[in-house]
Amino acid sequence: MWSLLSTSEGLFVRRIREGTVIDHITAGRSLHVVRLLGLEGSNYTMAIVMNVDSRKLGRKDIVKVEGLFLNSEQISKISLIAPNATLNIIKDGLVVIKQKVKPPDIIEGILRCPNLSCITRKEGEFVKSKMRLVSTNPLIYQCIYCGTYIGEDDIVEMLLST
Amino acid sequence: MSGFKGRDVISILDFTRSELEELFEYTDIIATRGVQSKPLEGKIMALAFFEPSTRTRMSFESAMKRLGGDTIGFTSEEATSIAKGESFIDTIRMLDSYSDIIVVRHKYDGAAKLAAEIAENPVINAGDGKQHHPTQAMLDLYTIRTVEGAIDGLTIGVLGDLKYGRAASSFILALTHYKPKKVYLISPPQLKPRREVIDIIREKGLPYKEEEKIEEVISEIDILYVTRIQKERFPDPEEYEKVKGSYKVTLDLIQRKAKKTIKILHPLPKTEEIDPRIDETQHATYYKQAKLGTPLRQALILKILQ
Repeated sequence: MWSLLSTSEGLFVRRIREGTVIDHITAGRSLHVVRLLGLEGSNYTMAIVMNVDSRKLGRKDIVKVEGLFLNSEQISKISLIAPNATLNIIKDGLVVIKQKVKPPDIIEGILRCPNLSCITRKEGEFVKSKMRLVSTNPLIYQCIYCGTYIGEDDIVEMLLST
Repeated sequence: MSGFKGRDVISILDFTRSELEELFEYTDIIATRGVQSKPLEGKIMALAFFEPSTRTRMSFESAMKRLGGDTIGFTSEEATSIAKGESFIDTIRMLDSYSDIIVVRHKYDGAAKLAAEIAENPVINAGDGKQHHPTQAMLDLYTIRTVEGAIDGLTIGVLGDLKYGRAASSFILALTHYKPKKVYLISPPQLKPRREVIDIIREKGLPYKEEEKIEEVISEIDILYVTRIQKERFPDPEEYEKVKGSYKVTLDLIQRKAKKTIKILHPLPKTEEIDPRIDETQHATYYKQAKLGTPLRQALILKILQ
């Protein structure tokens, strides 16, 4: 458990010793990140900080998870839901890796195509979805089968409904 | 033309202008002289029509048989019983083992691309959902080239359902291989081309303008490509009701405002969007367009299989 400390400058959460800090999450998306990583109801000790000031984003969310280290698929998923996020890998209380997430050029099997007439959505068909990155700002992917553009809102909806 | 051998035909964008020109020159030869002997004797084409089709299916069938080949396959009415709950992927695998080339039409977008990934033999897309219809686009270009002598420099109007119509989308994309003077995309606001289509034509520098009324631009147009509203692809029937009958090319409009030399194309079947009295005029080019479908498909099949 962390203690939430109050100072004259505001509220903050104390540092973690081993784990991951996901910083610069698009404001309002931290709970989506937690859900996407399957951390809801888990035993991980975590802190979710919402709507704090950010020089870069204006407002941002932060998720700190003690003892969690992400694999590449989890990092890809975070990049889709919070394309500006920064990952800080903490070991022995120190930041050993700091990395900005980057939406992959091609994503396979991560996101369902929102177009119900896409062959990848046909019932009884086992086709892995495949999408290519069209633009990072705003974030847009395109289904390589049906050509549909998938914007940020659809990405969030599709990721969370998978 | 060795580039065609064994090739899948999924989108008109997969081809270059010079490949299309070579195909058209070969079609010219077949259209005028026919094909001697039976170059594809012993070859089998599988016609996998999961969605209704008369013209396209019969045009492929006629083309293959005129080349001495044979066809197997099914129509949409039979597709359900043939598949017996079988997946699309398994049906394609089965047809691949029975034939040398597969022609597929499906209501799902991307079905032909998936079929091409599964099949070892070449796959020709005869229409996938609202997305592509590449052989229709080849035929449209070939028709214009035949009646006008060239495609570059013309003012072309594309009228109708530009959102759900795969023939319209494919034709618009096909025009990016050429240098028309101007392309007017004319549709009710609800049926404008999809953003992914607009992005491509913008990126490729096609000189286009979106319009809502044919009356505004008809006087400039050399080629008017008309399509019907694709009722079957509307996700919401109410949306269809709002646009039903929203445009029509009348004989009066053509006689009063259009160039005397205007040619009207249509992928057929047409419904009420063209005044039937136009059928008898020199402007009606759609029957010639349909007729050219067989030699064009003959040329394409021959180049893929020979």
